[in-house]
Amino acid sequence: MNELALAIPYLGKRNPAAARWVVLAIAFGAPLIAMLFGKTWVRILDFAMLYVMLAIGLNLVVGFAGLLDLGYIAFYAVGAYTFAFLASPHFELHLPFWLVLPMGAAFAALAGIILGLPTLRLRGDYLAIVTLGFGEIVRIFMNNLNHPINITNGPQGINMIDPLVLFGWDISKPLKVGDEITINSLFLYYYVFLAFVALSVLLVQRLQVSRVGRAWAAIRDDELAAKAIGINTRNMKLLAFSLGATFGGVSGGLFAAFQGFVSPESFSLMESIAVLTMIVFGGMGNLAGVIVGALALTALPEVLRYVAVPVQQAVFDKVILDPEVLRMLLLSLAMIFMMLLRPSGLIPAHSRYSKPELVVGKEGKA
Amino acid sequence: MSAPILQLRDLRIAYGAIEAVKGIDLELAEGELVSLIGANGAGKTTTLNAIAGTLPIAGGELRYNGQRIEKLPAHKRLRQGLALVPEGRGIFTRLTVEENLRMGAYCRRDDDAVEADLERVFTMLPRVKERLQQVAGTLSGGEQQMVAIGRALLSRPKLLLLDEPSMGLAPLVVEKIFEVISSVAAEGVTILLVEQNANLALEFSQRAYVMKSGHITLTGSGDALLADPKVRAAYLGEV
Repeated sequence: MNELALAIPYLGKRNPAAARWVVLAIAFGAPLIAMLFGKTWVRILDFAMLYVMLAIGLNLVVGFAGLLDLGYIAFYAVGAYTFAFLASPHFELHLPFWLVLPMGAAFAALAGIILGLPTLRLRGDYLAIVTLGFGEIVRIFMNNLNHPINITNGPQGINMIDPLVLFGWDISKPLKVGDEITINSLFLYYYVFLAFVALSVLLVQRLQVSRVGRAWAAIRDDELAAKAIGINTRNMKLLAFSLGATFGGVSGGLFAAFQGFVSPESFSLMESIAVLTMIVFGGMGNLAGVIVGALALTALPEVLRYVAVPVQQAVFDKVILDPEVLRMLLLSLAMIFMMLLRPSGLIPAHSRYSKPELVVGKEGKA
Repeated sequence: MSAPILQLRDLRIAYGAIEAVKGIDLELAEGELVSLIGANGAGKTTTLNAIAGTLPIAGGELRYNGQRIEKLPAHKRLRQGLALVPEGRGIFTRLTVEENLRMGAYCRRDDDAVEADLERVFTMLPRVKERLQQVAGTLSGGEQQMVAIGRALLSRPKLLLLDEPSMGLAPLVVEKIFEVISSVAAEGVTILLVEQNANLALEFSQRAYVMKSGHITLTGSGDALLADPKVRAAYLGEV
């Protein structure tokens, strides 16, 4: 959160304390403001939180450990399907979420290790190709495992997944406070997701400055040298894959509960690319950057959808550019300009992984 | 000669079906500075990486302090005092100089001793101390090499494996690097040095091995090899 606060232009550096309050205010107030524009926007915010978690997890693999993973969405799928299997009428299982979510996370972590083991010696392009294949394999499995024995229900997906029930309180139902006020479940989901995001940020921040974080930074910069200073590169890479996958798994479980429905088409290659784009856009390796990147790139297409059509109708009397087309166009343009102007993302990672306070000041004498 | 700290017996290393090192014998006594010289592709770096454990061996024996270590992974060998400064320096370009140095002590838990060792490295490498907060990727080649050596020293090695420390450096800088190497040797660290700059390597080492196409073809004291007409013709550019 500190990093996010510092990233606010002007205010961040002059008055970090105030900036921190601004971040908190935005985090808590966002759904209220979104509500002014309609419920859909709160829903978009909920999804944005899930993407933030995905971005945090993928950043751990790509940004911290330098392992390019193009099949990350597979872990999201594993988490989502685990939830769907264990808490829906599909298998007539209705296990509580505090059991199902960790199981989804654990299966995702296992999937991370399964992906990690054969790819230990690969780097760069080769790793990207294998991970891409892995992502597709998982999706195709989900798509086709409906016969001879029906496990995943194939392309139809699994329906009527149990919502999140916290201590006997179903958050998919509006919460009544007194007689007058009812709080929409979209808000409740938002705050629950926000809590998960906050927890993830906390964990990853600690991780980044720990021995493990340092080992990842070393592997990212030079794997041979990392070995030469005594880092067990095999275990550290597996740890990166499995921990990164864990975040994907949790996010996937929350997605399943929130959506109430999962199907293979939610886990296409484009989704993996989208999450990767978020972290590249925001600033690979920087927690604040990837959060901003995820928020910006989740919001952008939705804003376009709701703004582009009316604006074009008002100006030209007809829709010239379909919002979907416009979205790809703007996204590509945004990426091109980012690469030209800010190649390391909106909020670039510090060259030093620890002690960010050193970045300000002391630089001069170098 | 006292008991060897490192002993290679008929060591073979292969990349797939291609044997790069075809059975070599090599010995290092404690406290020695020995160099391994030879032309490009002779198998010098391969040998060094196999000793450090970053490459598997295809056959033969590898003993360190009398123990067989063929099966020991690289990170465990380091814990026993066997440190490698990889070819092309292999520093962590996005970390600062200080972080790079401290990474050398990654496996150590004795924080006070690490601080003391850090000071010791600073006195040995004054240029490095001036640039502690600089991102290591922005250093000059010579400075990067110093950082790489300093980082290896922070693991408190008993045996230091140096892979082409002079690579791509200006002659004046190379001299400085060799001065650092001999001051490390003077502290009692055993050093195995792989070099293409045979002249300097032989001048600074007590003994040397000459490698050619995966075999060790000659061995002897640094001075003797310097005087050997065959060596002079093949590696020192004399006709």
